[in-house]
Amino acid sequence: MADKATVERLKDLACEARKNILRLCHKGATHIGGDLSMADMMTVLYQYGMKYDPQNPTWKDRDRFILSKGHGAGCLYVTLAMAGYFTMDEVLAKYREPGSPFGEHPSGEIPGVEIATGSLGHGLSICVGLALAARLDGRQNRVFTLMGDGETQEGSVWEAAMAAAHYQLGNLVALVDRNMLSLDGETEKLMKLEPYAEKWQAFGWNVEVIDGHDIAQIVDVFDRLPPPSANQPTIIIGKTVKGKGVPCMENDANWHAGSIDAEFLAQCCAELDAARERERGE
Amino acid sequence: MVAQETFQFFSLVEKMSAREVYGKKMAEIGSKDERIVVLTADLMRSNRTGDFQKAHPERFFNVGIAEQNMMGIAAGLALDGKIPFVSTMATFATMRACEQVRTDICYANLPVRIVATHGGLTTGAGPTHYGQEDLAIMRSLPNMTVIAPGDPNQIGKVVEASIDWEGPMYIRIGRGGEPIVYKEEYKYEIGKAITVKDGNHLALIATGSIVFHALMAAEKLAKEGIQARVIDMHTIKPLDKETVIKAAQETGAIITAEDHTVFGGLGSAVAEVLADEGIACKFKRLGIPDLFAGYGEPEYLYHLYGYDAEGIYAAAKNLLK
Ligand SMILES: Cc1ncc(C[n+]2csc(CCOP(=O)(O)OP(=O)(O)O)c2C)c(N)n1
Ligand SMILES: [Mg+2]
Repeated sequence: MADKATVERLKDLACEARKNILRLCHKGATHIGGDLSMADMMTVLYQYGMKYDPQNPTWKDRDRFILSKGHGAGCLYVTLAMAGYFTMDEVLAKYREPGSPFGEHPSGEIPGVEIATGSLGHGLSICVGLALAARLDGRQNRVFTLMGDGETQEGSVWEAAMAAAHYQLGNLVALVDRNMLSLDGETEKLMKLEPYAEKWQAFGWNVEVIDGHDIAQIVDVFDRLPPPSANQPTIIIGKTVKGKGVPCMENDANWHAGSIDAEFLAQCCAELDAARERERGE
Repeated sequence: MVAQETFQFFSLVEKMSAREVYGKKMAEIGSKDERIVVLTADLMRSNRTGDFQKAHPERFFNVGIAEQNMMGIAAGLALDGKIPFVSTMATFATMRACEQVRTDICYANLPVRIVATHGGLTTGAGPTHYGQEDLAIMRSLPNMTVIAPGDPNQIGKVVEASIDWEGPMYIRIGRGGEPIVYKEEYKYEIGKAITVKDGNHLALIATGSIVFHALMAAEKLAKEGIQARVIDMHTIKPLDKETVIKAAQETGAIITAEDHTVFGGLGSAVAEVLADEGIACKFKRLGIPDLFAGYGEPEYLYHLYGYDAEGIYAAAKNLLK
């Protein structure tokens, strides 16, 4: 069970991450809905679950992370900044500036970004390769990826899913941001994904289904990950809410992407702080 | 073939989104022709095909984020008599689903119309989203017709002309917000270039969103007494060879300009005609050099890589030196 101090620390960080995500969205348009739905899992991953050294981004034994849903670049930049790869000020100064690597989708030039992503359905295959390489080298690092739920409509995802199970890659951990929405609307109306956990099970994966906004549950799921030497890859299906933390954006595909003005930014940040205060009091 | 008409006027301010024009046109012709079906891969809102979906829900298929599947489904629909209009971003249409396009659609010579949005660098969203090789890839496929409308409104004419056109078509449009080139009504024919401005000192052959830039460059050149012919080469395949040959013979100097890699697109197609015909003339290709273009808005990138109005102007001055 996750200890209270850890959970409280992570909740504070997740709140800060959301505010940073909104600051970035004020600087220029981001995929704000998905940034907000992945924020809790990303915070716990980088502030608790993963092994890395921001001073040495190419450290051989680091855990690898690939943002397969590359349009979540905003949240990734914030997460990496808060992890110490660079400062939030730098991100805010450079986001969407001409020639800057901090674009709408992450570039491999950015410290902490292993490879450029943005075309959906690529990440899991790359992770299979990274996991195989780690095993060939006898390294104990894990390989993580985060996919969108809509993204897993891509056939390539299931080719990779088959391969990861076939090669018994216990060092591979995939997360899915299961916010039930893609760009056009509800995944279940556009192209049904359910029964979802069962699909991954049938493909031979160790399946975890959690509330992707419950920090304690996310901590627990990382605590009980099988060792990298295990013979089965793990998928963490995080049930999330697109736009989580900004009431008018929640569960609304219209907020898949967009930008916000200064006034709304201030209002959102105040609300997030107030909500965090209330939670602390409970 | 002789260019049909000459246009002296074009708007400098009016901008339009080809995606909007496409969406409206599809809703309109969808009611006239029962064979028309529309497909998208979780980009209905981006492709602006929502009006068609509302009007003809039974002939609309949003297959989720699955471009390869979408192209295969389109092939099947076309094989059984439908005319599928398939939309996604240029990069996913031509690269993710390339083999389905080649083997299932082109080899069977099926009348699938791929309307690819965000061609070239128009997204500004980085290399993962750029369609900077799409024209080259599509041009290499047997049976494929390749079109990049010369202004945002032209897509409407292309869609109309496409109904009776045989075989598969790749139609590339931008993100939107591109300037309008044609203010007046004009005749559009697939495979026939349009001479937008006449001139005999050199010819600027452009396609898609760069036609406007070529016109702007020609305006600037005209102020210095240099009369540039501006050709809207909206059909890249089959290429209007006669217009190219005539331009080379009458002006002796050709610049091609496109929002695409300089390898394999419009510039290459024009160069092939000149080489095959044994025509020697001054020649310069403008477009994206051999690199993955950086991030930034199209205006910034076009300028950086030298194929905006200023870049074309400078290249013209250099070529005529
Ligand atoms: C191969 C590919 N097809 C289409 C797109 C365009 N696109 C970007 S985001 C998106 C929706 C993604 O939905 P989901 O994976 O559920 O992400 P989230 O809800 O977390 O934003 C689409 C269709 C893309 N980036 N890549
Ligand atoms: Mg989603």
